[in-house]
Amino acid sequence: MSKQKVMMGNHALSYGAVVSKVNVISAYPITPQTQVVELLSELCSNGALDSEFIKVESEHSAMAACIGASAVGARTFTATSAQGLALMHEMLHWAVGARTPVVMGNINRSMGPPWTIWSEQTDSLSQRDTGWLQIYASSNQEVYDSVPIAFKIAEHKKVQLPVMVVLDAFFLSHTSENVMMMDLDKAETYLPKYKPKHKLDVNEPYTFGALTTPEWYYELRYKIQKAHENAISVIEEAQSEFKDMFGREYGLVEEYKTADADTILVAISTAASTAKDTVDELREKGVKAGLLRLRFVRPFPFKKVREVLSSAKKILVLDRNLSPGIGGIIFQEIKSAMYNESNKAPIYGFIAGLGGRDITTETIHNIFEEAEKQDPKNIIWMEVKA
Amino acid sequence: MKYTIPKEELVHPGHLACQGCGGALAMRIMLKTLGKNTILTFPACCWSVIDGPFPYSAVKVPLFHTAFETAAVVASGIKAALNRVGDPKTNSVAWAGDGGTFDIGIQALSGSAERNDDMFYFVYDNEAYMNTGIQRSSATPKGAWTTTTPVNHPKATPKKDILAIMAAHKIPYIATASIAYPEDFTRKLEKAKEIKGFKFFHIFAPCPPGWRANPKDTITLAKLAVETKLFPLLEIEDGEKYTINLPKKDKGKPIEDYLKLQGRFKHLKENDIKEMQTFIDKKYNRLKILEEISQ
Amino acid sequence: MKKDGDKIIFENAADLPDMAKSMGTTRFNKTGTWRNERPIVDTDKCTGCGICWKYCPDMSILEDENGKAAIDYEFCKGCAICVEVCPVKAISMVEEEK
Repeated sequence: MSKQKVMMGNHALSYGAVVSKVNVISAYPITPQTQVVELLSELCSNGALDSEFIKVESEHSAMAACIGASAVGARTFTATSAQGLALMHEMLHWAVGARTPVVMGNINRSMGPPWTIWSEQTDSLSQRDTGWLQIYASSNQEVYDSVPIAFKIAEHKKVQLPVMVVLDAFFLSHTSENVMMMDLDKAETYLPKYKPKHKLDVNEPYTFGALTTPEWYYELRYKIQKAHENAISVIEEAQSEFKDMFGREYGLVEEYKTADADTILVAISTAASTAKDTVDELREKGVKAGLLRLRFVRPFPFKKVREVLSSAKKILVLDRNLSPGIGGIIFQEIKSAMYNESNKAPIYGFIAGLGGRDITTETIHNIFEEAEKQDPKNIIWMEVKA
Repeated sequence: MKYTIPKEELVHPGHLACQGCGGALAMRIMLKTLGKNTILTFPACCWSVIDGPFPYSAVKVPLFHTAFETAAVVASGIKAALNRVGDPKTNSVAWAGDGGTFDIGIQALSGSAERNDDMFYFVYDNEAYMNTGIQRSSATPKGAWTTTTPVNHPKATPKKDILAIMAAHKIPYIATASIAYPEDFTRKLEKAKEIKGFKFFHIFAPCPPGWRANPKDTITLAKLAVETKLFPLLEIEDGEKYTINLPKKDKGKPIEDYLKLQGRFKHLKENDIKEMQTFIDKKYNRLKILEEISQ
Repeated sequence: MKKDGDKIIFENAADLPDMAKSMGTTRFNKTGTWRNERPIVDTDKCTGCGICWKYCPDMSILEDENGKAAIDYEFCKGCAICVEVCPVKAISMVEEEK
């Protein structure tokens, strides 16, 4: 029997690790992630979770320990945020090159300085070139469900890559919502024990990661790209199986009233949930608005995005992140996805909510209004005290 | 032939170490004794090259290459995984150079030691960044030439006292070892195998190209380092109980005997050598006192 | 993946493991070619004490049928540590014939 529990996003992440029966956890505390590791420590110490928990001295070491453990064949989990994720950067590349299917929760927090603890996606989007798969959740239920789904994808023989489950600081991490819990045995049927394709094994002693010349390094990178391409169908299978077993449906993207929409807003994370209300309000006023939420940012769901946006007359992209010198990151990606398409609808890029400032339904209303007046060549800053 | 250390070889010939490499011999002795039930972790160090390019390897046990500063904690992760999904009796071994230990890897090393993770950590110390072309590290002795401490500005500060740092972690076992004394090294390894917790080995490993020495003198230099009391062979248990194994005599050989075989000390003046001798004597006397009060 | 003696040959990316997983050994690398001088064992003098074997960084001291030291010229790099450590001076270096 599945039961309901009211929990914050951070605990949804911890329970996601529990239901995935992780073998090794290694983590370092950082606001706003602390409740994730506190709950996991408690569950490990009272026997509810049968895992080793390595309480490391830094996030760099947290990721390094996960990689080592994963290379032996353990299912490994960690969680971090912002500065911690940035400190891990080198090892994020290492996890990909070593093809270790680690799953990590990242609580989106703005980067310092100045010191800040509030939500923004620049931390995780800055890591998009490392080769990690990235899932952006928009509810605590989705956070919880995404952990076993992430392991299933990560450990798939055709993927063998690490996956990041990303959630907004405070808007999810510290906000309580109802979460339907999975039955542990049923979850194990969905996600059986990890059987690695390659591992460090004294009975079959091999060396991993030796100096590789240009003769083969190039092909190893090619294989990582291919694994991302393979991941698309693996994700679809994993999520369809999840739906069959647990009744909850997830896609590569989430579409909301897009079928007949003239103007489609593209967003990720909780800003997309807020945007649903705005879309409803606009629809009442007769505006044919729609929403496209990217659940996966890596692999980038090109096919889905192109399909959904194929008949839009205007495409608006909301970015709670900034790549200084070019603008919003998702904006760039949507433009690149649409460039060779027959639909040449203008694509507008909006920056909003940096440093955790609220993105309200009013903000999103204003975005739809601004699109009527603005030149898509500009980076459009919402509510900035310019 | 008489075999005074285990006969089985767990290192393949054909590895890429330079002629007379102390670090290569150190690995050979270590693996012989720890045996096949061992998983190795190497950070960036000479051994990342010595081991050979993909798809080859010089070691007969599993090996994971990792980033420069992560040897200790990757070995911690490996041990944690072995406890859950493998054989908990498998040795998890971090094998790093002095740069990866004294400098960039010291944070993760301190973390694994403080948690007393059940693993071995070996530093094969050749007293500089040899793999990148002989740049100074915090393990380079005062006065030595390297490519970043030229002879008119040789290293101005003494070698970092890694043993004191590790002893301060109160880990169950610390030992120094030398490739010139393989029987002492294997005895300590056998002893360490029986100890649960963090085991730290500091191995003195001469580097002929980096020290501007003749490859044939590798063993002679390692022996002289012990005989001059520059690198005494010792054990520290629980961070407190000191035992000096060698040299036993209070009067060691003069440090000059050791220095004159190496181009990296060629520029030293009489006074510099005198100062070095005083430094060595003082340090050894301090060890003697620590040994006395801890017995 | 194919093997040609000690060498490993991959056809293409599909033939390659997902990560750099080494399945061959360094025995493919005949380091004997590095030598300028070669060690010669005088088996009359050699007592079979094993000291040269113990100190060789290249696993290149073998044991002959009489329990004496023999050199593995396929891999010996010619460092001359064995010459230096031999207590009875049974090993000497001679110029390598190229």
